[in-house]
Amino acid sequence: MRELAERALRGDRRAIARLISLAESGSESLKEAMEIIHPRAGRAHVIGVTGVMGVGKSTLICEMALKYREMGKSVGIVAVDPTSPFTGGALLGDRVRMNPLASDGEVFIRSMGTRGKLGGLSGAVYDAVEILDASGKDIIIVETVGVGQAEVDVIRIADTTVVVLVPGLGDFIQTIKAGLMEIADIFVVNKSDRPGADSTVNELKSMMEISEKMVPVVCTSATEGEGVDELLVEVENHFQMLKDTGELERRRRRRYETELVEIVMGRLKKMIYDEGRFRESVGELVRRITDGELDPHSAAEEVLAGLLR
Amino acid sequence: MERKIRVLVAKPGLDGHDRGAKVVARALRDAGMEVIYTGLHQTPEMIVETAIQEDAHVIGLSALSGAHFPLFPEVVRLLKERGVDDILVIGGGIIPPEDIPKLKAAGVDEVFGPGTPLNEIVEYIRRNVKR
Repeated sequence: MRELAERALRGDRRAIARLISLAESGSESLKEAMEIIHPRAGRAHVIGVTGVMGVGKSTLICEMALKYREMGKSVGIVAVDPTSPFTGGALLGDRVRMNPLASDGEVFIRSMGTRGKLGGLSGAVYDAVEILDASGKDIIIVETVGVGQAEVDVIRIADTTVVVLVPGLGDFIQTIKAGLMEIADIFVVNKSDRPGADSTVNELKSMMEISEKMVPVVCTSATEGEGVDELLVEVENHFQMLKDTGELERRRRRRYETELVEIVMGRLKKMIYDEGRFRESVGELVRRITDGELDPHSAAEEVLAGLLR
Repeated sequence: MERKIRVLVAKPGLDGHDRGAKVVARALRDAGMEVIYTGLHQTPEMIVETAIQEDAHVIGLSALSGAHFPLFPEVVRLLKERGVDDILVIGGGIIPPEDIPKLKAAGVDEVFGPGTPLNEIVEYIRRNVKR
């Protein structure tokens, strides 16, 4: 495991890939590797790209990565697509839009299924970002699943969050709703060659007039590569602002806090499901709840008491 | 430890028909596997690099244009060159029966012709993944 970690630090792509798989499968042996990986991480700029399905996130990310490569920066991409709640299978198709990056040795792309996580990311995305970061990638782009209004976990991992919209998604009321519209550090109006792009931009601007947060709005047409230069300027400005104001450190602390709690919760869940003594008592409690003998809250007290014993 | 089979479904070469590949991708998804789909016009180099980055257990190659030679064996050769010996390589598409033994001799693990029941592919993968 140590050897695998050392190889990943040197940029060995097979080692990086294998470590990410261990993270995805929840392997306990990963800990040994992360002891070596973690101290070397923290240098990369982590950019989250989110938005409804079909707005062009993957295509935009491909264009961003191509520009970063022109600037001589290496790029890691973690692209998340949904896992089926019925079969556990997934069709991971973000790479279809990223073919121009497929044979560049300085770009590493990993597709992930959500595997039961609901916030738009996969549980392993934190480890994947750390591993890519420690392996020397300058820029790491995290692509969420196509989100709805409330899947906002991306802000827990990204330094800079880009929310991608397209013309025609809704009127002004949609822009002042909570959730997705609140988390943007930068808005992108993609497919801006389509009718209605101007009014989308105007609605975003009026939204910001009545809020306290001014967020840059960039128009892009990702299939043509238009507006991507401006986007990267805004992304860089944002990163500089994070560093200058100490906000970067605050966001990184938030990331690690989330990750820490997630790991603990994951372990607890595993204990409850996998360890014989809990499985039996949980089964019994569920029977009593179903029969109306016990309410779920009281049953939870009993489970917690058992865990803490 | 949760184990999930990851399959790269790829279309090497220039043929533009990927309906078959999509049907197989969908069936593998429904069988609980994670399918990485990369679209048309992949070079063997792209396929091997993608399989490595995605840590795929299986590469499924589809060709309808008759270009399975030399493309399928080239994928096998590049895997060897990169020191990868634990990825199952399977192929499908319009492949003349007489070519199948030759593809296998070149290191392709199995070839599935038109009309193969989808669950036969699923079962084959489950039984034969190398790790």
